[in-house]
Amino acid sequence: MNTVAERLRPLTGHRLFWPALVLVVMIAANTAYRPGFLAVEVKNGHLYGTPVDILRLSAPLILVALGMTLVIATGGIDLSVGSVCAISGAIACLHISEAADQNSASTVATALALAFGAALVLGAWNGVLVAVIGIQPIIATLILMVAGRGIAQLVTEGQIITINSEPYRAIGLGHFLTLPLAVLIALAAALLVAAFTRRTALGLIVESVGGNAEASRLAGIRSRRIVLLVYVVSAACAAVAGFMVTANVSSADGNAAGLWIELDAILAVVIGGTSLAGGRFSLSGTVLGALIIQTLTTTVYAMNISPQTSLLFKAVVVIAVCLVQAPAFRARLRRRRRGVQTGPTAPQREKEQVPA
Amino acid sequence: MTGDRPVLTMTGISKTFPGVRALHDVDFRLFPGEVHALMGENGAGKSTLIKVLTGVYGTDAGTITLAGEAVSFTGPMQAAAAGVSTVYQEVNLCPNLSVAENIFIGREPRRLGAVRWGEMRRRARELLTRLDLDLDVSAQLGTYSLAVQQMVAIARAIDVRARVLILDEPTSSLDAGEVAQLFRIMRQLRDEGIAILFVTHFLDQVYGIADRITVLRNGTLVGEYRTEELPQFSLVEKMIGQELDVLERLDEQQKRATVTPDGQAPLVDATELGRRGAVAPFSLRIHAGEVVGLAGLLGSGRTEVARLLFGADRADHGQVLLDGGRSPLRTPIHAIDQGIGFCSENRRAEGIVPELSVRENMILAMQAARGWLRPIPRRRQDELVQKYIEALSIRPANPEAPVRNLSGGNQQKVLLARWLITEPRLLILDEPTRGIDIGAKAEIQKLVVQLSDGGMAVLFISAELEEVLRLSHRVAIMRDREMVAQLTNDDTLDADRVMRTIASGTPREEVHR
Repeated sequence: MNTVAERLRPLTGHRLFWPALVLVVMIAANTAYRPGFLAVEVKNGHLYGTPVDILRLSAPLILVALGMTLVIATGGIDLSVGSVCAISGAIACLHISEAADQNSASTVATALALAFGAALVLGAWNGVLVAVIGIQPIIATLILMVAGRGIAQLVTEGQIITINSEPYRAIGLGHFLTLPLAVLIALAAALLVAAFTRRTALGLIVESVGGNAEASRLAGIRSRRIVLLVYVVSAACAAVAGFMVTANVSSADGNAAGLWIELDAILAVVIGGTSLAGGRFSLSGTVLGALIIQTLTTTVYAMNISPQTSLLFKAVVVIAVCLVQAPAFRARLRRRRRGVQTGPTAPQREKEQVPA
Repeated sequence: MTGDRPVLTMTGISKTFPGVRALHDVDFRLFPGEVHALMGENGAGKSTLIKVLTGVYGTDAGTITLAGEAVSFTGPMQAAAAGVSTVYQEVNLCPNLSVAENIFIGREPRRLGAVRWGEMRRRARELLTRLDLDLDVSAQLGTYSLAVQQMVAIARAIDVRARVLILDEPTSSLDAGEVAQLFRIMRQLRDEGIAILFVTHFLDQVYGIADRITVLRNGTLVGEYRTEELPQFSLVEKMIGQELDVLERLDEQQKRATVTPDGQAPLVDATELGRRGAVAPFSLRIHAGEVVGLAGLLGSGRTEVARLLFGADRADHGQVLLDGGRSPLRTPIHAIDQGIGFCSENRRAEGIVPELSVRENMILAMQAARGWLRPIPRRRQDELVQKYIEALSIRPANPEAPVRNLSGGNQQKVLLARWLITEPRLLILDEPTRGIDIGAKAEIQKLVVQLSDGGMAVLFISAELEEVLRLSHRVAIMRDREMVAQLTNDDTLDADRVMRTIASGTPREEVHR
């Protein structure tokens, strides 16, 4: 028993082991419930099936969570991503709806550029509040989280803007090389962010700022610029997610687009093994985390869990996932199984303190 | 008026933490109506003694008697209820609450569970009047100066009919006028018969107010003295505890006072550099290849000088010339661009990034200087890291180990490597050998000599005079946040003279006090 555990140590010790295990268990449970769960077929040259759906539906969440990962790694948090989704989607749809030819590629390109630019400004706003003015990230981004919904409503003038644009719709529902375009966009974004952080020194510097801000300052890191940058990246990711969400339904709803996506994104980051305290981050972990959350959502629908209890069900699973991942919890579980008393550990720890 | 019988006696107190003997057989007594200074360098055991007294820690051995009765407190609350109150260095009150609330928080006058606000304000006013303080008790505490906040903390402490008042470095963030105000209140409380235990690093303050002094060193009692019978020089000597024969052996070693030729422009030329509340304006020149030692007691402003020269804190007075050109050292990155490196004394909070690997910690400063868009190629990183792991014999020699898993000495070497990789012209080392084992200490000292021989200027800060004298060409001496002297490290300079200068504030041989 012990030797097996020893031999598996390199595997179980990997930071992605637990999130990956959770995903596998979820897929196994679904397959047991409905054997056809993993079936994928080709129709009209496109791939179809539940796994493909999960990938496609998780694309916006993956995008938002990628940006969120960097923000969290600096020790911050970005609550405004849902609102940025709504605003960017609204601006893009508004521009397209006012055009003479909604199917023109140049119209769509201009719309995307406009909306993307607006998102960068919003990200810079967050960054300035946090990095320059020094407001706590949760408060600073809460401002845009709340006000952003209002801005989105202003853009759409309180209406739901419906568009009829094939090129725009493709962002959410199109296919390329048999795969949904949204999946490819999310994949490209993940690779881009990975290259952006790991091919440059940005990742190291973000981790350093999140790990010890004062030490980083004394090592000469201009942490303000870095912090500002990650909020801009986060908003940029959210903007693309906003395009997908609105393209899926060919309409922009200032209230509903990207609603609560910030919470799912934070959850994806945490499940992926990045600490909310900042420091080390894992982009692949975040992608896994986003897939876990989307699989869970799909499971809720697939298992016909009633809408009244579905949120509760999700919550229970999420708590279980987080507990399984926590080394402290696993250690306690193991001790209990061995029947070792755990009582007197707390006071002992206090005694071990070194004198001040 | 000092009473004949001590109100508090601590006898044979010992306390051991894993790996550290914090207190060993320490006696301490406190008489009613006296101000008693507890003195000692960092790690001497002052804080531990206070924490043992107030019940934060238990004792391994020894007894504590308060007013003739053996006591053993389980915590500061119980100690305060018995009349032993503590005011800490950092004012731990709530600035967003009112003065009255702060005084009575946790023990508000109540009737049927409801707080009696009027009664609370009335009693707060009474208490403050007793301290000769005229404050609006309903105003937010945060609107008052730190000194006033400190006094409100004292008011809170003495409300519980204190017999013993412990003031743990209450003056460290106060200016001269505020200190005078605090002392007036301390004298008044003393005259009322309260016994005051006073911890400070400022020698002038000790001689300004203390009736009696107890000195601790390395967890043992050096002695208890009446202030007028203990000259400042003897106090410093007892705190630092140099043994004469060790010093004499050092004197035989080659002195390093081969100062750079006159006329050579200094690398760093600081003129009247200062920052209010941190360090009084000082002027200091450092030449290439020169090691300047910075000596002084803890809290004398050594670190503050280093931080100003590195731009870690912004100077509000004076200027710095680097290579003869004026250069604003507003932030660390400016200093690094000019070829200055700074190893903080606070390794944990200001040095290492614990989660990151040895390699990442080492290249951090160089990478920061290059900017994130120009990453150091991995092969170059590995070369640099390998070179310094070998040169500084860092253990374990694994560049990918998280730095938090290394011992203190090895973490210190990683930080040294971080700066050496940037090839600085001036390296500021603040207590680089504190808390590390003898072997690592000798290696770091050797390294400093090598670096300066190679043309690097070093500002070397240490509490250990032996080290400073061994390595420095010149020694600048700090006392009470002021640079009081700069002495060439020639044959006439020894630890004795440095201690005299620290004690008296003047570099002259004959000291009257």
